Amino acid sequence: MKFLILIYTNPESRQIWENLPADQRSAGLRAYQELTDELTASGELIVSGPLADPSHARRVTVRDGQPLTTDGPFAEIKEYLAGFYYVECDSAERAIEHAARVPGLDAGVRVEVWPMRTLNDFGVDM
Amino acid sequence: MNVDDQLRELAPQVLAALVRRGGDFETSEDAVQEALLAAATQWPDEGVPDNPRAWLITVASRRRIELWRNESARRRREEAAAAMPEPAPVPEVDDTLTLLLLCGHPALTAASQVALTLRAVGGLRTDEIARAFLVPEATIGQRISRAKQRIKASGATFSPPAPDELPARMAAVRHVLYLIFTEGHTASSGTALHRVELTTEAIRLTRQLHALRPDDGEVAGLLALMLLTEGRRPARTDPGGALVPLAEQDRRRWDAAAIAEGTALITDALAHAPIGPFQLQAAIAAVHAEAATADDTDWPQILTLYDLLASIAPGPMVTLNRIVAVAMVDGPAIALDQLDAAARDPALAGHYRVDAVRAHLLDRAGDHDSAREHYRRAAQRTLSLPEQQYLQSRANRRP
Repeated sequence: MKFLILIYTNPESRQIWENLPADQRSAGLRAYQELTDELTASGELIVSGPLADPSHARRVTVRDGQPLTTDGPFAEIKEYLAGFYYVECDSAERAIEHAARVPGLDAGVRVEVWPMRTLNDFGVDM
Repeated sequence: MNVDDQLRELAPQVLAALVRRGGDFETSEDAVQEALLAAATQWPDEGVPDNPRAWLITVASRRRIELWRNESARRRREEAAAAMPEPAPVPEVDDTLTLLLLCGHPALTAASQVALTLRAVGGLRTDEIARAFLVPEATIGQRISRAKQRIKASGATFSPPAPDELPARMAAVRHVLYLIFTEGHTASSGTALHRVELTTEAIRLTRQLHALRPDDGEVAGLLALMLLTEGRRPARTDPGGALVPLAEQDRRRWDAAAIAEGTALITDALAHAPIGPFQLQAAIAAVHAEAATADDTDWPQILTLYDLLASIAPGPMVTLNRIVAVAMVDGPAIALDQLDAAARDPALAGHYRVDAVRAHLLDRAGDHDSAREHYRRAAQRTLSLPEQQYLQSRANRRP
């Protein structure tokens, strides 16, 4: 089963993170790297990545057939997407175990585990 | 036979030949993969060599030596071992079985067993497996190398497991083949160009296993189940690509040859082998298949088979399917009572299939409004996109 693990952060958590002593910050980054390495080694990782600061995000709409981009309103948002893991695991429990290892969950970072839809339909007409 | 089919036939033989000549499974398997890749590029242009098997063995052996040279002194000691005299030839059919059993090693995750089986026994290339599973090539490559590391760490070698381990290992192999089949079972395949049909590949490998172990009733049952399920495939979708439920399929569009083969297989297995879950599922599929129309279905016989299945291999899906059969034999009211009881099982609590079955039963009971509500709920929660579309269409149907 494929799952999208979404990692959210907020300006306060970001602030805490940026004010951490260097050694604690590098410990956090190491924890991220270890999680990514283990998911890669186990063959469960499909793709993952950190997202750029929300100030770089663009909202895209279409008006009269023309794409239109706007900058916000990301400045005031309380919480924003910071990164993701796209994984394939034998069970939802396993995906949740991985998600629980995302660093910073005790400091305001939040994760969500979303199962992907499948195209598989075995057993539907059984 | 086209080049791809030929390579898939030869792959396990070439791998076994290499391992027999004193190689470790891990490096030999990589070398064979590269030889297959070379053949897939060269043969279509330059023609298939006179002795394709010998060609592959030569190329793979050379590649293996290169792989060894690239590695450490520890590897070089193994190379010395490779110079040992070639062992007496053993029938190739046994090699395929040994490979299948090795790929079903209990130290591996199911996903790794599947990937390794498709590559080492199925002769598929990593990129083909990746496309079939809709993941990047690197992910499949990692699953395979991880699987081989685990096999190595477990101390397993290219030899049949101990007799006391054999039944569990055969069960694992059957499960892997079943997973390959179910993974490939989708109405919307073929979107990616040259996507390997996993159902076809699962049937091919199970056919090989059945030829090697004709007395294993569960292998016969699994092959029969696959053939009977695959045989319905042409009628499973309407021209718009939407799923058509079994009861509404145009049975003239079924693949009669596949269904006849599956029926003959399961009839023979039931007469000669101890009963097992795959045989019972195949028998149920065969009873459906022998009915000229949905109304001719022998539901009492299907219910008897589900009763047996529930006693030897109980599970939430068996419970639900059995309840559908109960509705056909004893009426929807009794089935709805049984569904209420079944829904209290924690394994089924909140499961969308309970809603889907309830909707089906309510429809049969004539309560179409409630049925639509349950179809809608089920559609919302299924993970399968084709199933969601089907359930939603039921929810929207006017009485």
